[in-house]
Amino acid sequence: MLLKMNFTQQRRVRLAQGLWLMSWLAVMCGAFIFCLGVYLKTELLRRNEVMENTEIHVVPNILMMVGLASIGTNWVASRVCQDSLDATRFPRWKVLLLAWFAVAALLCCLLIAVVVLSYALQGRLEESLKVGLRNGIRFYKDTDVPGRCFQKETIDRLQMEFRCCGNSNFRDWFEVQWVSNRYLDFTSKDVKDRIRSNVDGRYLLDAVPFSCCNPASPRPCLQYHLTDNSAHYNYDFQSEELNLHSRGCRQALIDYYMGLMNSTGPGVLSVILIQMTVLVSLRYLQTAVEGAMALEDPEGESVGYLLEKGVKETIEDVKINVMTMLKLAQVDPAEASPDGEKAADATPPAS
Amino acid sequence: MAVLRVKFTKTRRDKLAQVLWILNWISVATGAILFSLGLFLKVELNKRGELMAEKDIQYVPNMLIAVGLIACAINFLGGKICYDCVDTTKFLRWKLIMLPYIICTFFFTFCVLVGALMCYSMRGELEESLNLGLTEAMRFYKDTDTPGRCFLKRTVDMLQIEFQCCGNNGYKDWFQIQWISNRYLDMSQKEVVDRLRSNVEGKYLIDGVPFSCCNINSPRPCIQQQITNNSAHFNYEHQTEELNLWMKGCRQALLEHYNYIIQSIGLAVLITWLFELSVLTGVRYLQTSLENVLRQGDPNSESDGWLLENSFMETARTNLHIIKTLGKNNQIDTSNNGDPNINVPSTSKAHYGPDNMPPKKTSEAELTFL
Repeated sequence: MLLKMNFTQQRRVRLAQGLWLMSWLAVMCGAFIFCLGVYLKTELLRRNEVMENTEIHVVPNILMMVGLASIGTNWVASRVCQDSLDATRFPRWKVLLLAWFAVAALLCCLLIAVVVLSYALQGRLEESLKVGLRNGIRFYKDTDVPGRCFQKETIDRLQMEFRCCGNSNFRDWFEVQWVSNRYLDFTSKDVKDRIRSNVDGRYLLDAVPFSCCNPASPRPCLQYHLTDNSAHYNYDFQSEELNLHSRGCRQALIDYYMGLMNSTGPGVLSVILIQMTVLVSLRYLQTAVEGAMALEDPEGESVGYLLEKGVKETIEDVKINVMTMLKLAQVDPAEASPDGEKAADATPPAS
Repeated sequence: MAVLRVKFTKTRRDKLAQVLWILNWISVATGAILFSLGLFLKVELNKRGELMAEKDIQYVPNMLIAVGLIACAINFLGGKICYDCVDTTKFLRWKLIMLPYIICTFFFTFCVLVGALMCYSMRGELEESLNLGLTEAMRFYKDTDTPGRCFLKRTVDMLQIEFQCCGNNGYKDWFQIQWISNRYLDMSQKEVVDRLRSNVEGKYLIDGVPFSCCNINSPRPCIQQQITNNSAHFNYEHQTEELNLWMKGCRQALLEHYNYIIQSIGLAVLITWLFELSVLTGVRYLQTSLENVLRQGDPNSESDGWLLENSFMETARTNLHIIKTLGKNNQIDTSNNGDPNINVPSTSKAHYGPDNMPPKKTSEAELTFL
C-alpha cells in the first residue's frame, strides 16, 4: 500500500466535511480560472488588428475550458463528499470515481501546460506582432481603402496608449510612406524631388505621426525634419530623448502581455495546488469509506491509501487491463479452437 | 386634534417595530453609500485639482462625507431603539430619549436635503473654477522650467488627449497665448523677431496648436501649424475642416464629465432623504403609539399614533412659548417677591420700597397667601 493512513469514524467524518468545503473552494477557483481566461482573451482580441495570427489565443482558450471543466468536476466531488458517509448512497459513485480521478489529473496537467505555454509562446507572439505592426504602419495612409480605413486610428490609439512609436523604434516611420497621395501637392518641387529620390516612387520623410509625441517632453513636439539639427533651434537629434516615445510598440505590447500572464501565474499555480489537494483527499476518503463498508463494524477503524499496491505493480496492473480491453476488441482466433477441442473432447467420452 | 392619527393594535405595533428595525439597518447602509459617494466626489475633484482655480467647492464632498457618517450613527441608534420597542418594558429605557432623537433626526434630514441641493448648486461655481483654472494652465503650458508649473504641460496634454478636447472654449484659444517657450525660439531669425514685434506684449503668437489637440479620427495626417492658412496645405480648407482637430472645448468636456457625476450623486442623496424621512415618520408613529399604550396602562390594548398631538399651529405656539420661558428661568420675578402663588397685576410703575408691594392691598395679599 502506498502512503496508508488509519481513519477512525471521527476522522472520516472530518475528512468528508473538510473535503466538501475544499471542493466548493475549488469550484470558486474554477470560476476564477474561467474569468481569467475570458479577461486574457478580451485583452488579446482588443489588439487583434496588430496581430497577424491567433496562436497565442490557445492560452486563454485552455484556461476557459479548464475553468468550466473544473467547476463541473469539483461540484461532482462535493456531491461525492455529501454521500460518502451514507453507506446506501456511496456505492453508486464507485464507477464514476475512477473517471473523476483521470479528469482531475488531466485538468492539473492542462493548467501546468498553460503556465509552460505562456512562456513558450512568447517568441510566436513577438513574430505575430512584428508582422501585424509592419502591416499597420504600411497601411496607415490608406484611410480611403475599405478594410484598411481604420488602421490609422488603431495605430494612433495604440501609440498614444502604450506610449510607443513604430515597430522597433520611431525610425520605422522613415521607411514607409505614411502621408497619403491625396494630400500631396504634386506640382510642388519638394514633393517631386522626394518621390524621385527613391526606387519605389514613395514619398518618404524623416518625420513621424503626431501620436508618437511624448507629452512629458518639456518642449512642444517636433515631428518633422527629425534628423536635421539645423531645422529646429537648440535641437540635437542624437541626444534628444524626451521628444518622442523611445520604445517600439512591439516591445511595449510584449511587455504588457507578458506582464499580464506573469501576474496570473501565481494564481494558476495555487489553483493547481488546491486541485491536487482535492484529488488526494478524495482518494483517501474513497478508500477509507470503502474499507469501512467492507468491515463488520461500519463505524470502526479503516485504512485509507493512495494506491493499493506499490507504484510499479499498479502500473503493471493498468497495462494488463488496457491490453485485455484492447484484445477484447480484436477477434480472438484462439477462441474457435477451444470450442472445437471441447467438442472433440466431449464426443470421444460419449462413444 | 391630532395630525394624521392612526390606530395601532398590538400586532401592528410589533410589526411596525420589526419593519423599522430592518429599515434602520438599510438606512445605515445608505449612510455608508452617501459617505462613499462623498469620498468619490472628493477624489474626482482632486484628480483635476491642477486645472481648477482656488474656489471653495470642497465643501460639497465634505458635507456629503459628514452627512454619511452621521446618518450611519443615527440610524444605528434608531435600529437599537426599534429593536427594543417590541417589548414595552424595554421601551421605558428609551422613552425619554426618543423624542429628542426624533427631533434631532428631523433636523438631520434637513441637512441631507441641503446636501442634495448643494450638489446641484455646485455646478455654477465649478464652471467658474474650471474656466479660470484652464486659462491659467494654458498660459503656463510653456513654463516647463519653472518649478511648481513644470507639470502643467503634461497635465494639459493628457487632458486634451483623454477628454478629446482642445483649448478652453475651442482650439482658437491657443492662438491667443504663447505656448512655445522662448528657450526654443531662435531670436536671430527674422520671422521670429517679426512675430514678437507684431503684438503689444511681445508674445510669440502663432496660428498653431499643440499635438494633443489632434483628432485621431482624421483621415489625413494632423495639421497643427498654420491652421488658418489654406494655401499652406494641399487640399485643405480651414472653415470646413472638422475632423482635423478636436472641436470641443476642454471646459465643456470637463463640465459634462462632472455634471454626470454630480447629477447621479444628487439623485442618490435625494432618494436617501426620502427614505430617511419615511423611516422617521415610522419611528414617530411608533413612539406616540407606545407612549399612549403606557398612558392607558394595558400593554396589549389598542392605541393611537400620530405625528403631532395638536394641530400644527397649536404645537408651534406651545413650542415657541416653551422656548421663550426657557430664557426666563434665570431671571428673578421681583413683582411677586418671587412667590408664584400670588397673582398681583401690576397697575402702576411706582416703586413701593424693597418689597415692591402696594401698601393698600396688603390684606388681600395676606388672605390669598393663607
